[in-house]
This record gives sequence, structure tokens and C-alpha cells, in this order.
Amino acid sequence: MANNSTHTKFYFAALSLTAILFFVLDIVLGSVSISIKEIFNVFFSADKVESHVSNIIINFRLPRTCVALLAGVALSVSGLQMQTVFRNPLADPYLLGVSSGANLGVALFLLGSSIFSIILPTIVSNFCIASAAFIGSALTLLLVLIVSIRIRDIMTVLIFGIMFSGAATAIVGLLQYKSNESAVKTFVVWTFGNLGSSTFNEIKIMFAIIFIGLIIVIFSIKKLNVLLLGDVYAQTVGVNLKLTRIIIFVSTSLLTGSIVAFCGPVGFIGIAVPHIARMIFRRADHRILVPACILLGANIMVFCDIISQLPGSNIVIPINIVVAFVGIPVIIWIILSNKKIINE
Amino acid sequence: MNLQRIKIENLSLGYGNSVNTQHEIFPPFSVTADNAQFIALAGRNGVGKSTFLRTLAGLQNIFSGNIFINEKAVKTLSRKDYANLMSFVSTEMVRVMHLKVFDLVAMGRYTYTNLFGNLSINDEKIILDSLKMVGMSDFIWRNVSELSDGERQRTMIARALVQDTPIMILDEPTAFLDIPNKYEIILLLKNLTRQKSKTVIFSTHDINIALQLADKIWLMTNRKMYEGTPSQLIQTNAFDEMLDNTALKMENGEIKFKEL
Repeated sequence: MANNSTHTKFYFAALSLTAILFFVLDIVLGSVSISIKEIFNVFFSADKVESHVSNIIINFRLPRTCVALLAGVALSVSGLQMQTVFRNPLADPYLLGVSSGANLGVALFLLGSSIFSIILPTIVSNFCIASAAFIGSALTLLLVLIVSIRIRDIMTVLIFGIMFSGAATAIVGLLQYKSNESAVKTFVVWTFGNLGSSTFNEIKIMFAIIFIGLIIVIFSIKKLNVLLLGDVYAQTVGVNLKLTRIIIFVSTSLLTGSIVAFCGPVGFIGIAVPHIARMIFRRADHRILVPACILLGANIMVFCDIISQLPGSNIVIPINIVVAFVGIPVIIWIILSNKKIINE
Repeated sequence: MNLQRIKIENLSLGYGNSVNTQHEIFPPFSVTADNAQFIALAGRNGVGKSTFLRTLAGLQNIFSGNIFINEKAVKTLSRKDYANLMSFVSTEMVRVMHLKVFDLVAMGRYTYTNLFGNLSINDEKIILDSLKMVGMSDFIWRNVSELSDGERQRTMIARALVQDTPIMILDEPTAFLDIPNKYEIILLLKNLTRQKSKTVIFSTHDINIALQLADKIWLMTNRKMYEGTPSQLIQTNAFDEMLDNTALKMENGEIKFKEL
């Protein structure tokens, strides 16, 4: 028995189609104009294409589009989980301090190496940034897990997350104050987010981590549904609260941590997409919301990536700025066109 | 599964886990509940009714003493065992956007459904029957956030019903309701004890309703726990102890002002 099931199926089908469309457009459009025929040849008859064209497609546009897709999916699902667990519409994937931990890791590496005047080649440096970010978020996760095992009240866990972020920001500030200008600029640019710096090997790692994270989420769907009613109801229908929280925190950190490590702290998607999913599908059931967030996250992030390339120009805008400019009007429009929500 | 008896032995209520921070809020008491009894838990604000119900539902560790259900100590029960023994309706207001009545009630089937929570034909039948029983059949696909307080409370009771447990515990189920709704909800709960042989334990401030309808009252005063049928408690003047230092008194089974 399901209400509105045709409505739901229609949106799932439509969103799958637009996701494919945006994915193709993101590869076709860019600062260098390449025809669809040439792109077709790159994949199916490589000998007919000039090497610089296939280089642009294979080494730049395809990996960036894949990363955009992965980032959209991972951050949206993480955001949904956090909003449910904390029962707070303002919760986002970074609530547990994952991005602050990553920030701190990267700042320690970039700014620390500038203080000690260490210069590394770019490839080594990129990999070290990703590692520093991942170690930073993993350590943060460990801290949050220890706290959440000892503390029953989820709001206390939330406050702990905010305090930790504050402390990390203070340390990052101190490091910035003590570092030279170019190191600070590298750090600030990292915080803008970058979908285009990952190699295929890195994308394989990202894909593997996100895949594991999503599998855990899919097996948490039933628990997430019950958590909507709050901790007391969840426990009295048979949920082991501590274990469930640990599982959800681990999957959120895998999903978010892998994106932050390779793309920087990409913002806004994680908080906005779950709301858009709820407004389109009009259900609170995670059996609908999880796939909805996967599809919508992929759509919106790839679309933002198209915009960030400013097709036909040579300018590339940092992804975080595009996400904010594209996302904020969309969500305001949705809220304003939904009068019921305003009155509530 | 049927309940034979809940036996609460020398249970005291309190907070704190280490020896230094232990704080007892209610002294040890012993009470029992039998199969299909309708039991009202009464007492003034802050006396520890909610703490007692939370302890009984395993949401809080036992401070001291023992609780036995069918001769088995509850300390060994897992969350799943509890969920199969008792359902719980708290005072917390559920307001989740776009949550449908049907979906909320379906959550009560948590221990019965598969890994993804997919409902079987039988689950759906139980959900629809429960919604019918509480008079919410016309509200199945309504949003929970759009319900009135009375409708929401009925929905929460339906959610507890589908859990299909021998014991139902409700913390102030009539708190936000008008007088007709109060009586309807309490009568509905009493019917469950008669038709479905459920043991229903509910806390309440409506002494008059408790006196008229409960099989047994557990009365918490500042000093001790009284247990008995409504008429036994009236005869032993237990309510006067509850109304100590107030402007009220119990007279002929009714609460009245002392000077009027």
C-alpha cells in the first residue's frame, strides 16, 4: 500500500533522465568548444580524434563530472541523515565537525609547511592535502564517537560538534596569522572547493568509499524512519540507539570525509537538497527520501558544475560560489511557493 | 505472548551513576500489575511519575530494586525484548513535516518488518485495523503535522497498538485534550484491556477519571506509593496526603476546595 505512488515514480524517472542529460552536457560544454561527434569519437573510435581533444575530455571533463556527481550524491545523503538524527532542519553533513577537522588538517599541513619553509612538488602536495583532510576528519569522527557513546542526549553531541568546530577555526586562524601570504591563499582557495583536481585513481578511491557509505545508509533506512519520532519512540520500538548512532555517524563521515578530502568543503548542497527532496516528494519516508536525495544531489551538483565552467568563456568560478548562487534562489523560491510551510 | 504479572520490588527512583552523585527522588516501593488491568498512576507534578514510567519502560536504568515481568528480571532484556513486551506513548509532540498518519503508525511494526521496513499484507491489515479501532480511518494519508491534539494522540495510540504488546504504557495521554476527548481516549484505552487483554498503565492528573475508570490506582505522594482500587484509596485517605498543604481536599470521592 502506497499513496501517490505514480507521482513518486514519475519524479524518479524524470530525475534519472535529467541526471543523464546534465552529465552529458557537463562533458560537452566548457571553455573549449568540442562537438558531440568528436566526443563520441573519443570514446568509440579514438584514432579519429586529435590528441588534445581526447586529453581534455578524458583527463579533465570526464573526471570532473564524475566527481561532481559523487559529491552531489554523498553530501545530499549525508545531509539527510544528519537532519533526521539531530531532528533539526538546519543540520548539514559538517555538523559532526568533519569539515572543521579536515580544515584543521589541511591548515596544519599547508600553513605549517610554510612556517617551516618546506616546499613540495604540486602532485605530492595535492596528495598530502587530501590525506591531511581525511586524517583530520577521521580523528574528528573518533572524538564524536567517543562523546556519543558516553552521552545519551543528542543535543549535547550537537553542542560538542559546534564547540569542536569553533576550536578548530581558532587554531586555523592562528596558523593563518603566522603564515606567509601565498600559503594562506592556497588554503583559502582550497576552502572554495574544487571538483577538478582529482585523478582517476583518486576518483576510484572516492567511489569505493562513497559506495560503502551508501550501502550502510541503505541498511539504515528503517532506523532513520523511526528516528524521525525522536529517541524515546525509536528505543521503545526496538532500536539500539547507541549502535544506530555510531553506524549513522560512520556512514556520514565516510561520505562527507571522502568529498572534503578531494574537493574541499563543498557547502550548501548537504543542507538544501534534503529539503528540496521533501518538497518535491512530500513524504518523510526515507525509503523515498534516500533515493530522492541521491538523484537530486547528482542533478544539482552536475548542473552547478556546468555553470561553474561558464560555457564559452575562459573563466572558471569556484564551485562553492556557484552552489550558493544557484542553490539559494532555488530554495527561497520553493519555500515561498509553498504557502503551507510559511503558515506552519 | 500473554502477560501474567509485572512485579515491582523495592524499586526506588533517582538519578546518577557513580556513588558520589547518586540522588534518590523517591523511596523504595513495591507494586504489581496483572494481566488486562487498567492502572492509573497519579501524583503531583515533579513527584516522579515520568521517571517511574521511563524506568518501567527500560528508558532509564533501575536506580535500585527490581522489576520482574512474568517472573523474569528486566535487567537482562534487550531493546528488542522490551519492544515485544511493551509499547510506550510519551508526552512528546511529534511534528514531522510530510509524515503521513499511515507511515507513523507503521513504525510500530519495527520489530516485525524486514531489514528495509517493507510491510507485508498482514502488517498493513494490522495498521488499518488499529487506525479503525482508534477512529482514525478517515485520516490515513493526512500529514501528522496537520492533526489536532486529539487526533494526534489517537494516532500515537494506534502506533502503540500495532506493536502488538501485552503491556502498554502511556505518559499523560490526556494532557492536551478537551474533556470529551479525555473521556474518549481513556475509554478507548480501557476497552483495550477488556477486548485485547492488554495491561494498560497510564499516568494522569485527572483524578476523577482515574477514580471512575481505573481498576487500580498507583498514587505517588511526597512520602510513599499507595496501591489499591479507587474505593480502597478513598477509604484510606491516601488522597488527603497527596493534597497536603494545598487548598484542596478529597470529600465523598471528589476533589473540592477546603474553604468555599
